[in-house]
Amino acid sequence: MFILDIISSVLLIAGVFFGFSGALGLFKFPDFFTRMHAASVTDSIATILILLGLILQTSFDINTAKLLFILAFLMITSPTASHALAKSARHGGLLTLPETQVKQQERTY
Amino acid sequence: MGDLIDLVLLAMLAITALQMIFLKDLFAVVMLFGIYSFLSALIFINLDAVDVAFTEASVGAGISTVLMLGTLALTGRKEKKSSHSSILPLLVVCITGAALIYGTLDMPPFGHPNNPIHEHVAPRYIEESPKEIGLPNMVTSVLASYRGFDTLGETVVVFAALIGVLALLGVRRQEENDVPESGFKAHHVLHVVARFFIPLIILFALYVQFHGDFGPGGGFQAGVIAAAAFILYTLVFGLSRAFAVVGPKFLQALASIGVLLYASVGFFSMYKGGQFLDYSKLATDPIVGQHYGIIIIELGVGITVFAVMLSIFYAFGSQAERSNIQ
Repeated sequence: MFILDIISSVLLIAGVFFGFSGALGLFKFPDFFTRMHAASVTDSIATILILLGLILQTSFDINTAKLLFILAFLMITSPTASHALAKSARHGGLLTLPETQVKQQERTY
Repeated sequence: MGDLIDLVLLAMLAITALQMIFLKDLFAVVMLFGIYSFLSALIFINLDAVDVAFTEASVGAGISTVLMLGTLALTGRKEKKSSHSSILPLLVVCITGAALIYGTLDMPPFGHPNNPIHEHVAPRYIEESPKEIGLPNMVTSVLASYRGFDTLGETVVVFAALIGVLALLGVRRQEENDVPESGFKAHHVLHVVARFFIPLIILFALYVQFHGDFGPGGGFQAGVIAAAAFILYTLVFGLSRAFAVVGPKFLQALASIGVLLYASVGFFSMYKGGQFLDYSKLATDPIVGQHYGIIIIELGVGITVFAVMLSIFYAFGSQAERSNIQ
């Protein structure tokens, strides 16, 4: 199917774009929380797009079902992992960027 | 296209390995180990070796990362400065490396159909195993039947690893007055998600265990996945509650039961008049006998691997928790 191929490639390319921008954000953003934000949000959308693109490449058989299962699994686990990571960092005493700036100002006075 | 993917993956593998050598932060090194295993799993998939890739992904990237993190929790995350001079080791490594590269010159060309490995046993397995064993997944036939003795050895090695860890560390049962709960106490999201997923992970492990005859999978992978489910439970709900679900003593018994189950299949086939691990004698029809034998020994492997991995994690976890309290 020609049209399905085109849709699937568009989805795959969009997914790769979001994944790449997430990786870029991971390196460019200033502190832990913003970096994690970049990685986790783009990770979710990239997963959805890439898996949807792959689903369109299957011939709608058992493989489609397996990909859907993987999609459902990742849709739940990856935000949970990000949440747990952020919460642990917070629990361990890591401050966000504005808070550290406030603290530094207090220290200079 | 396949070559290109291989090249990219191999380059990433080399970069990861180099990075591991130069990093001093062991926590990052463990993470890189996981990435390294995952990259090799991808290379195996590209080589159409799905079973090996599955094992590499679940054992290398999954459980050994967790176990190494458990070790780090006991030892600390910074590498010690080495006080020795590095010239002699460098010399030894260079000579060994040169010898290995010299050795590769004599190797047959990669992937050539006339290589010895493609002429000796592989054609026999490919031609005869559908008749002799009749399993769709030939890897399982080779692993569990033709090379059943090797696999028994591997299972015993896993078991011996458990004995080593327990001899060094031991699982400490907590006293009543210890700090009761570790884990993420007030972490409702994790609790809900873990409660939802742990049964699914165990179900998937059982699928991998019993579907190993037909697709990629088998005892090693299934045992590791099942252990991962319980490790998740331990991490989220704390060690004391995990001990209430599966106790360490029970796990130690389970580990030996798996090995014994495997070996007893061998002795039973001897009793039936065949050789050690000759499954054809297990039933009147040799092919049915092979199927019985493979399912039972895979179960033995799965039980042992599950029990050993979880026991080792318990050993690390209970030690780490104790040192946190002190």
